[in-house]
Amino acid sequence: MPEVQYIHPDYFQVDELLSDEHILIRDSVRDWVNRRVKPIINEACQKHEFPLHLTKELGEIGAFGPYIPEKYGGAGLDQISYGLIMQELERGDSAIRSAASVQSSLVMYPIYKYGSEEQRRKYLPLLASGEKIGAFGLTEPNHGSDPGSMQTKFEDKGDHYLLNGAKMWITNSPIADVCVVWAKDEDKIVRGLLLEKGMQGFTAPETLNKWSLRASVTGELVFDNVKVPKENILPGVKGLKGPLSCLNSARYGIAWGVIGAACDCYDTALRYSLERKQFSRPIASFQLTQKKLSEMITEISKAQLLAWRLGTLRNNDKATAAQISMAKRNNVEIALKIARDSRQILGAMGITGDFPMMRHMMNLESVITYEGTHDIHLLITGMDITGINAFA
Amino acid sequence: MKILVLISNVPDTTTKVRFTGDNTSFDDAGVQWIINPWDELALTRAMELKEAGGVDKITVANVGEKTTEPTLRKALAVGADDAIRVDVPARDAYFVARQLAEVAKDYDLILAGIEASDYNGNAVGGMLAEMLDFNSVSAVSGISIDGDKFTVNREIDGGSQLLSITGPLVAIVQKGIAKEPRIPAMRGIMMARKKPLNVVAAVDAHEKTSYVNYELPAPKAACKMVDEENAKELITLLHEEAKVL
Repeated sequence: MPEVQYIHPDYFQVDELLSDEHILIRDSVRDWVNRRVKPIINEACQKHEFPLHLTKELGEIGAFGPYIPEKYGGAGLDQISYGLIMQELERGDSAIRSAASVQSSLVMYPIYKYGSEEQRRKYLPLLASGEKIGAFGLTEPNHGSDPGSMQTKFEDKGDHYLLNGAKMWITNSPIADVCVVWAKDEDKIVRGLLLEKGMQGFTAPETLNKWSLRASVTGELVFDNVKVPKENILPGVKGLKGPLSCLNSARYGIAWGVIGAACDCYDTALRYSLERKQFSRPIASFQLTQKKLSEMITEISKAQLLAWRLGTLRNNDKATAAQISMAKRNNVEIALKIARDSRQILGAMGITGDFPMMRHMMNLESVITYEGTHDIHLLITGMDITGINAFA
Repeated sequence: MKILVLISNVPDTTTKVRFTGDNTSFDDAGVQWIINPWDELALTRAMELKEAGGVDKITVANVGEKTTEPTLRKALAVGADDAIRVDVPARDAYFVARQLAEVAKDYDLILAGIEASDYNGNAVGGMLAEMLDFNSVSAVSGISIDGDKFTVNREIDGGSQLLSITGPLVAIVQKGIAKEPRIPAMRGIMMARKKPLNVVAAVDAHEKTSYVNYELPAPKAACKMVDEENAKELITLLHEEAKVL
């Protein structure tokens, strides 16, 4: 197997802001990605297949729920560690990071934060080890940026709840063993329910023909008179703040993750530009190439510092939702631009599967839309600084 | 049975090597440090032996200053039970072996990488065996525990050799001793926080060599491409330019 060539850009010595343990965590996941993701990811994407065999391994290295306490199967690590893990996974592919994000922030986090002790003990260790796969159902066919208008609902039938409705654009849905589903009760209050594969009336058809996140499985969750046992409701939260707190955690992971995709593109383009010659000179010697590379490293440095600061705030429980929105929005945008600019540096070679740019670029088109669209995050900042809601 | 794995702290293999002080010392500014790849494989094999049963404890040891501790922590995260750091900068092979001899006496099996990827000295393992009066085998590519003996595989020219040898033993291992190094899991990294890393004072010893001067290899010459049908030009180039024919 050819050795993966990668030199992590650290122009502002951000590594000095990390502990030795953070660096060990990052380098361990980096090694794993080099060994297990890089060699297979192009083919998985080309074939539109999720590399399912990696879920167990992600569990073994501890990429699922790294900040969940050890007694529930997590590693009890801090938020910067979680961010670094996401960064390295997304350097491999956004699909792999998405699988870990969903499992950690959207499934394990709500069960840990809002679940009963029985629910925690039943689900968290199996989700941490990758023996069970999770999914999160919030978005609906007619309600994306406006989840408060969701139509999925359940009725109290005495000894069970009766769930009806549908969710769409759900990462992992066709392969998920357990789903955290957000639905309204008879008083129109949003609650979280734990659905298990095989419940009668519950199906999860796959969404095919994606040009993005091709190495990830996406699908629907359809509930047709599903009887949900009463002990499957998350007792600890009522209202939209439940799902939104999960999204805060996932968006935070994305703000780190996309730096990995950006670094992969930048590092590839820098190396290529020094080797590729035109007019008898390396293309790195041309001003327009240097402009692209210089802008890339500038934006990567800013994104790294933003992510680090946000992680520090989160470690102290001080990060606001609006700060997370700004970091997610900024970092995804710069990663997408870097994917495009680095693709240009590689010329025609950049469109092939031999290099990661097109794959990252297409993935990032999803990442800029999911977990709050690019525009909505800007309006969150707008509302935060003006006090005026411009959503509706 | 107790196993000791010797861990050398070396610059990452992608490091751009530079020297300071008029080419008399290695410039370690900005260098990423890793476990010497041969030592990492030795640790992996030690873990496999422990998992197979019959090994009570794996210790890792290093001679170096506090800055080498992240390397030892990684070894603990991979699965070693405890670590020893002899608190002194590593000088030459004799000096390092002399320091290790003080902490290595009570082990049944010592695994040493055949060389360290920085200075490629190939000397510490053999010297240590001599100082401890332990048996020693070099170029080991396979080792297993067989009752009170060790079965050892060595790669030799054109084949391999199988040995049976009694302990205590210093096995100087090369590639093949384990398939690939283990990657620490997050839970292993957490557990490593609580494992003992014992710092011991150095003993009085003097190195037997001193570094006089370093030199970087000459830069690679430009690559000339010769058309596959033009063997004659290739021969001319090899004869007149490369002067190897």
